[in-house]
Amino acid sequence: MSEATIEVTGLRKRYGAAVALDGMTFTVRPGQVTGFVGPNGAGKSTTMRVILGLDAADEGRALVGGRPYRALRRPLTRLGSLLDAGALQPSRTARNHLLWLAHSQGIPVRRVDETLEQVGLTGVARRRAGGYSLGMRQRLGIAAALLGEPPALMLDEPFNGMDPEGIVWMRGFLRSLAAEGRAVLVSSHLMGEMQDTADHVVVVGRGRVIADAGVAQLLAGAAGDRITLRTDAIAVADVLQAEGGVATRTGPDTWSVTGLPPQRVIAALGAHGVPFSEVAAHRPSLEEAYLELTHNAVDYRAPGGAR
Amino acid sequence: MIAEFGRQVRAEWTKLRTVPGWVFALLVAAVAVIGLGLAPGMSGSCGTRGPGSECKPPIGPGGEMVSDGLYLVAQPLAGDGSITVRVATLTGAIAGEHGKRPGLVPWAKAGLIMKASTTPGSAYAAVMLTGSHGVRMQSDFTGDIAGPSDSPPRWLRLTRNGDRVTGASSADGTTWITIGTVRVAGLPSTAQAGLFVASPDYTATAGGPFGLSGVESGPAQATATFDHLARQGQWTASEWTGTRIGGPGNGGPFEHQDYQRSGDTFTVSGSGDIAPLVTGAAGLGVSITQTLVGTFLGLVAIVVVGALFVTGEYRRGLIRTTIAARPRRGLVLAAKATVVGAVSFVVGVVASAVVLAFGVGVLRSHGVYVLPAGTGIELRLVVGTGLLLALSAILALAVGAILRRSSAAVAGVIVLVTLPYLLAVSVLPLGAAQWVLRFSPAAAFAIQQSATQWAQVDNVYAPAEGYFPLPPAAGLGVLVAWTAGALALATVLLRRRDA
Repeated sequence: MSEATIEVTGLRKRYGAAVALDGMTFTVRPGQVTGFVGPNGAGKSTTMRVILGLDAADEGRALVGGRPYRALRRPLTRLGSLLDAGALQPSRTARNHLLWLAHSQGIPVRRVDETLEQVGLTGVARRRAGGYSLGMRQRLGIAAALLGEPPALMLDEPFNGMDPEGIVWMRGFLRSLAAEGRAVLVSSHLMGEMQDTADHVVVVGRGRVIADAGVAQLLAGAAGDRITLRTDAIAVADVLQAEGGVATRTGPDTWSVTGLPPQRVIAALGAHGVPFSEVAAHRPSLEEAYLELTHNAVDYRAPGGAR
Repeated sequence: MIAEFGRQVRAEWTKLRTVPGWVFALLVAAVAVIGLGLAPGMSGSCGTRGPGSECKPPIGPGGEMVSDGLYLVAQPLAGDGSITVRVATLTGAIAGEHGKRPGLVPWAKAGLIMKASTTPGSAYAAVMLTGSHGVRMQSDFTGDIAGPSDSPPRWLRLTRNGDRVTGASSADGTTWITIGTVRVAGLPSTAQAGLFVASPDYTATAGGPFGLSGVESGPAQATATFDHLARQGQWTASEWTGTRIGGPGNGGPFEHQDYQRSGDTFTVSGSGDIAPLVTGAAGLGVSITQTLVGTFLGLVAIVVVGALFVTGEYRRGLIRTTIAARPRRGLVLAAKATVVGAVSFVVGVVASAVVLAFGVGVLRSHGVYVLPAGTGIELRLVVGTGLLLALSAILALAVGAILRRSSAAVAGVIVLVTLPYLLAVSVLPLGAAQWVLRFSPAAAFAIQQSATQWAQVDNVYAPAEGYFPLPPAAGLGVLVAWTAGALALATVLLRRRDA
C-alpha cells in the first residue's frame, strides 16, 4: 500500500452525453495541503462524491487509506469531508448537528465541544444553524470533518463565503492540520486561494488532471524568463530583437521581454541609449501559472464544446 | 453490523428530537387524536331524560350485550323432553315512513325455543324458520347453525337431554334431519319451552350515487301460524302462557303482540330480535372505536414527520452527510424507519389509551350508548392504533425516500392512507367504501374495529359505523404489505441512485 491517504485511479463517469470524469487520477499524501483546482464543471465535486461513495463511477476506483470508502465502518474517523456547508437542517442547532454525527460513529460527545472550540463556534453552538452566515457554516462543516480525528480531510471550496479574516484563519488552520501529519485535499476554482495554502496542486479541467505538481515546481515552471520593462521608447523592440530576445508591448509604457536574462536586457538598453524606468524579473503568481496551464485545456475545449 | 445499526438508530433519534418542528408535529398528532376523541361530537338520549331513560341492554350468558326481544308462548318443561311443531305460514309487516306495509325481514324468526326464563338475556336454545335464511339452530344469542334452506310449511323439533339441546327439521313430519346439538349450560332443570316469533328491525341502505345518506330502518313484525304441536316429557302446566320479552319500546307500531289459539292452530306475532347486540342502524349506540375518530387527523401529522424525516435531508443535501457517515445505505433507511416507527407507535399508544380511558365517559355523559368491549379488545385498539401510526410513518418515510420531494411524498401518502378512510366513512357508497378499505393502506383502520359483525344480524355494517370489510389483523396486514413494498423499493433506489 502506498503512503497516499487518498488514491484516485482512472475515474470515468458520464451523465448522459456529458462526460464528468475522464480518467481522473491523482493521489493525496499526508503532511501536506493538496490543492484541487480547476474551473467550475471540471469534475472536482464529482470526484469528491465518488471518493465518498456517494456517486458511483463508471470506471476506476478511489481508495481511502487503501480501502474503498464504502467499506469503512466508521468512515468519519478515516476521512473527514465537507462537501456543502449549506447541507444543514436549519432548525437544528450546530451542536446537535455535530451530536448526531458523533452518535453515528460512536465518537464521544466531548469531541463535539472540542471541535466547536477548535473552529471558534463555541459561543454560538446552541443557536439554530439556519441563522448562520455562510462563513459560520463553513466553520461548522470543518468541525464536522474534524469530529472523528481523521488522518485525511477533504474540503470542497471551503473558502466560499468567507470574509478576509476567515480566509486567513482557514489558511492557517489547513496548514496546521497538514503540519499534524494529515492529508488535506482542498478544492477551489480560484487558484489564488491556493497561494500560501497548498504545498501541492492538482489542476484539473474537463474531468482529467492537467497538472499534478508541487507549488514551488509549478511556479518555477511558469516563471520562464519573462521580464517586465517600463519605458516609452518604441525602439526597445528592435534593440532587444537584435540581441536575440522578444519584446511584446503590454501597456502604454510596459513591455514584456522573453529570451534574455535581466542583466543582458539592461546592458543592451544602456549600449543603445534607450531610456527606461524599470526592469523587473517577473515573479509569477500561482494564478498565472494556472492560467498558463489551463490555456491549453481551454484551447482543447473549444472544438470539444461544439460536439 | 448490529453495532453499526445501533449507532445509526441513536444518530437518527438525535436527528428527530433536535428538530423542534418535528417534535411539535408529533405532539400535534397526539393532541389531535385525544382532542377529537374527547370532544363531544355526538349526543344521544340514553340517561338524559331522567331515571328510566338509561340504556341498559340485557347481558347474555357469555357476558356480552344482547337483544332479547320476542314473543314467547311457553310452558315449563321439567327435565328432559321434546317439542314438535309444524310452521304453517310465516308473514311479516314493516313500518316505514308511510305506515305499515307487508314484508318479511330476512332474519324474521319463528319456531321452537327452550329458554331458562322470561328474563331478557337468559340462556336458550331454539330451532326456527327464518325470513330468508332457511332453518337455523341458534343458542345463547351468539350460536348459529344453518339447516336446510327451506320455507314454510316446515316441521321443527327441539329435544332436551340434560344440558344438551338438539334441533331437527322435517319436510313431512316423518323424515327428520338433525341440524345440530348445542350445550346450553345456563338452562335450569325446569325450562320454559314453547313457540316463539321475533322480527328484527328492517334496515337497508338506500344507495344513492353518493353516500350512506339513506340508511333506512324501522320496526318490523313477523306473524307465524303453528299446528301439529306435540310434546314429550314432563310438562307441568296445563295452559300456554304468552309473554312479550323485550322488543321495541312502548308506543311503537307493533306494540300489540299476542297469540291466538284456534283449536290446534296457534297464531303468534312478535317483534324484536333474539341475537347479539350490534351498534349502528339495527342496533344501539356506538362502539368504543368511536372514541378513536381523531386517528385520521393525527395520522396526517405523523405522515408529515415521516416524510420530512428523509425528504428534508434531500432538500438540504444533508442526505450526503448522512450517507458519508454511514455508507451502508440500507442501514440508514432501516434506522430511520425504526426511529420514526417507534416514536409514532408511542404517540399512537399514549393518545389512544388516553382517549379510550376518558372518551367513553364523555360519550356516555352526552347520552350516547357505548357498547362495552373487553380488555383484550381495548388492548388491541391501543396497540393497533400505535401500529397504524407507526406503519403509516414508515410508509411515508419510504415514499419520501422514493420521491425525494416533501410535498409529493406527504400528499401521496395522505392520498393513500387518510383519504380512502375519510371517503369510506363519509361519501362513498357502501360497496366502494368496502373495496377501498380492502386494498388501500387505509384497510389498517380495521385494527380499530371493536364491534363484532354477526352473520345472523342484518345491519348496515358500514365503515362509517365502525365496521370494516377485513378482520383487524388482515386489515393491518394490508398496510404492512404496502409499507414493506415501499420500503423495499426505497432501499433498492437508495442503493442504486447517486446520493
